[in-house]
Amino acid sequence: MIGRRHPGSGMDTGVEELRLRELIPEVIGVLVRRGVDFASAEDAVQEALVTAIRTWPADPPRDAKGWLVTVSWRRYLDLCRSERARRGREVALDLEPPQGPVPAVDDTLRLYFLCAHPSLTPSSAVALTLRAVGGLTTRQIAEAYLVPESTMGQRISRAKRRLAAVSLDQPGDLPTVLRVLYLIYNEGHSGEVDLATEAIRVTRQLAAAVDDPEVAGLLALLLLHHARRAARTDSAGRLVPLAEQDRSRWDTALIAEGVQILQAALARDRLGEYQAQAAIAALHADARRFEETDWVQIVEWYDELVALTGSAVARLNRAVAVGEADGAPAGLAALTEVDPSLPRHAAASAYLHEKAGQLADAADLYAAAARAASNLAERDHLTRRAARLRQAASG
Amino acid sequence: MAKYLLLKHYRGAPAAVNDVPMDRWTPEEIDAHVSYMQDFATRLEESGEYVDGQALAPEGAFVRYDGEGRPPVTDGPFAETKDLIAGWMIIDVDSWERAVELAGELSAAPGAGGKPIHEWLEVRPLLGAPPTVTE
Repeated sequence: MIGRRHPGSGMDTGVEELRLRELIPEVIGVLVRRGVDFASAEDAVQEALVTAIRTWPADPPRDAKGWLVTVSWRRYLDLCRSERARRGREVALDLEPPQGPVPAVDDTLRLYFLCAHPSLTPSSAVALTLRAVGGLTTRQIAEAYLVPESTMGQRISRAKRRLAAVSLDQPGDLPTVLRVLYLIYNEGHSGEVDLATEAIRVTRQLAAAVDDPEVAGLLALLLLHHARRAARTDSAGRLVPLAEQDRSRWDTALIAEGVQILQAALARDRLGEYQAQAAIAALHADARRFEETDWVQIVEWYDELVALTGSAVARLNRAVAVGEADGAPAGLAALTEVDPSLPRHAAASAYLHEKAGQLADAADLYAAAARAASNLAERDHLTRRAARLRQAASG
Repeated sequence: MAKYLLLKHYRGAPAAVNDVPMDRWTPEEIDAHVSYMQDFATRLEESGEYVDGQALAPEGAFVRYDGEGRPPVTDGPFAETKDLIAGWMIIDVDSWERAVELAGELSAAPGAGGKPIHEWLEVRPLLGAPPTVTE
C-alpha cells in the first residue's frame, strides 16, 4: 500500500547552517591537534554544533570557527571532568590549550580516511562521514535514513569504538572514501537535509583537499547525475525514464562544470571507474534529444567500465546500450551473457523486448520486473509500462 | 487512542470484488490508484492519525534456528498457497469503529475500470503498554 516519504520538519537549512557545517571537520582537526582522541573530539564538536544550531539564530557569534573551537574545547573538558569524577579521580587538566598550527589539508583528509575506514560497515562509515565530515547532527542523519535517533546514535558510537581499536598506521584508503560518498549520494533519502546535495558538498571538499583523478571523476559523476535530477520525476512524483525526460529541465551549469572537471581528470590518463561512469553520464548530458545520444561511444565506455570493475551491473547496462547502438537483437544477445538473478535484469530484458517489437513478452517481463523492484517508485513505473504495452497489444 | 495495524495481502485474503491484477489496468487507472493511496496517507497525517506504513516486496523466506553452530534453516521463496503480506499501515485512532471506517476507505481505492477494488484488509489492534491508573 503504502511506503511514505518521511516529511521534512520544514526547518530552514540556510546559508548560515551550511557554513556552520563546513567548519566541523576543521574544528575536529583543531581538537585532535591539541591531543584529543578522535572519538572524544567528535563528541565534543557535535555537542557544540547542537548548541550552535539552537542559539546562533538569536545570538550569532562574530567568529564562528573560534566560537566552535572554544565551546567544543570546553565541552571536551566537561566530558573529561565528568568522566574522571565518575571514576572518583582528581581533575588534573591543563586548562590552557596549546596553540595549534595552521589547519593543514592533511588533517581534513585524515578525517575522511578515518570516517570511511575499511574496518567499518558501510552504514557506519556513511553515518560517521556525514557527522564528522559533513557536520550533520545525529538527528538529521537519523531522519534522512528513516531510523530512530537513538539507533543512529548507537551506530555512530559503535563505529567510533571500533576506530579506537584501529591502529593509526592503517589510515584507510581513497577508494573506500569514494565508495562511501557515492553511497551517500545514491542511497540518500531525504528529510530536513538533502543527502544528495550533502554528498556533493563533501565530495567538493575532498576534491579541494586531494589531487586525484578519481576524486575528480566522482565529483563529475555526481554533478552530471544531479543536473538531471529535476527531470527524473514528474509533478505527480512518477519516475521519468531518460528517453522521455524534458531535457530543457536539465541544469546546464552543473553539466558544464561536471564535463570540465571530467575532461581535466581524463587528460591525466589515469582512468578509473568513476571517470568511466562520469564519461557515460557526460555523453547522455551532451545529447539534446534522446535520438542524438552517441550510443557507440557509450558502449565503448561500458567496455572500459566492465574491464575496470568486472561489475555485473555494468554488464547489464552495457547490454541496454548495445541494444541502442546496434539494435535490440544485439542487445538481447549481450543480455544472455549477464547473470539473470541481477535485480534489474527483467527490466532491461523488458525494455529490449519492447524495442524489438515483442510487446506481449515485454509486458510480461515488465510485470515480472515490477514484482522484483526494490522501491515503490520503480515498481509503479514498471507496472505502468506493463499496463501500457498490454493496452497497446489489445487495442 | 489505540493503535491498529492495517494489513494488505498479496494472497491469503478473500478475493476482492474488483480482482484484476494491476499490470492489466490502464496506466491512467494505475495513476489514479497511486494518488488515492498517497492522498489517504496525507489525510491521516493531517488528522493526526498516521503512524507509519511500508510496502513489502513479494519475495522472502521463512527462517528458523537450527541448533548451536549451525546456520539457520530457510524455507522459501514462499509457496504459492501461502498467505502473503503486501504492505502495512499503522494508525493511531480513538476507537475500533474509526479503524474500521478508515480500512473501509482504503479498501475503496480505485482499480480496474476506475471502480473501487473492494479488497479485504486485515485490521488488528496492537497490544499497548499497561495504563498508569489500574483501579
